[in-house]
Amino acid sequence: MIKKIGIIGILVLLIPACVTINIYFPAAAAEKAADKIIDEVWQLKPGEEPPAKPAEAPAK
Amino acid sequence: MKKLIAVFSLLAATLLSSNWVSAAADLDVNTPAITAIKNSMQARHNQLSPHYNSGAVGLTADGLVAVRDATAVPLKDRGGINSLVAAENSDRNALYKEIAAGNGHPEWAGEIRSTFAGRWVDKAQSGWYYQNSGAWVKK
Repeated sequence: MIKKIGIIGILVLLIPACVTINIYFPAAAAEKAADKIIDEVWQLKPGEEPPAKPAEAPAK
Repeated sequence: MKKLIAVFSLLAATLLSSNWVSAAADLDVNTPAITAIKNSMQARHNQLSPHYNSGAVGLTADGLVAVRDATAVPLKDRGGINSLVAAENSDRNALYKEIAAGNGHPEWAGEIRSTFAGRWVDKAQSGWYYQNSGAWVKK
């Protein structure tokens, strides 16, 4: 009985680990990865959302 | 009855641990191929950003860039704009493919592309153009 529970326990841990990682697209992780790359390519400060309009036209 | 309870608790535990596992998953974006593409795009950005500002080039819905209004480009730069856009797009296509492949899931490239498409627009400066259901919109 205890052995059976142990086997079930291991299966419970292992099966979803394989299934989840292989089937579902990790949307949150992808977004995080995209943000990181975009910040570097566009040289934004990490976590910066749309920067304020470039301050090239000061008030007349 | 006992068996039924066991089956149900097995199902519940499976569901709970799936959530935990997918929350813990992270994408690796530091492979040599990805870093090389990123650096090349970063270097190109200085040339592209005046065109984003003028509206000559805009962000497309599929995570690429496109010439929107060539007349906004100074005459002397007009010849180079198409090759600039083509080079940027080949890097972007390669980037999406490499992130998917680098994480062992080439089939994710499409979803990675659409994730990027949304984030490019979110992070774009105001005044830049992006494509929304086929039409150009000024942010």
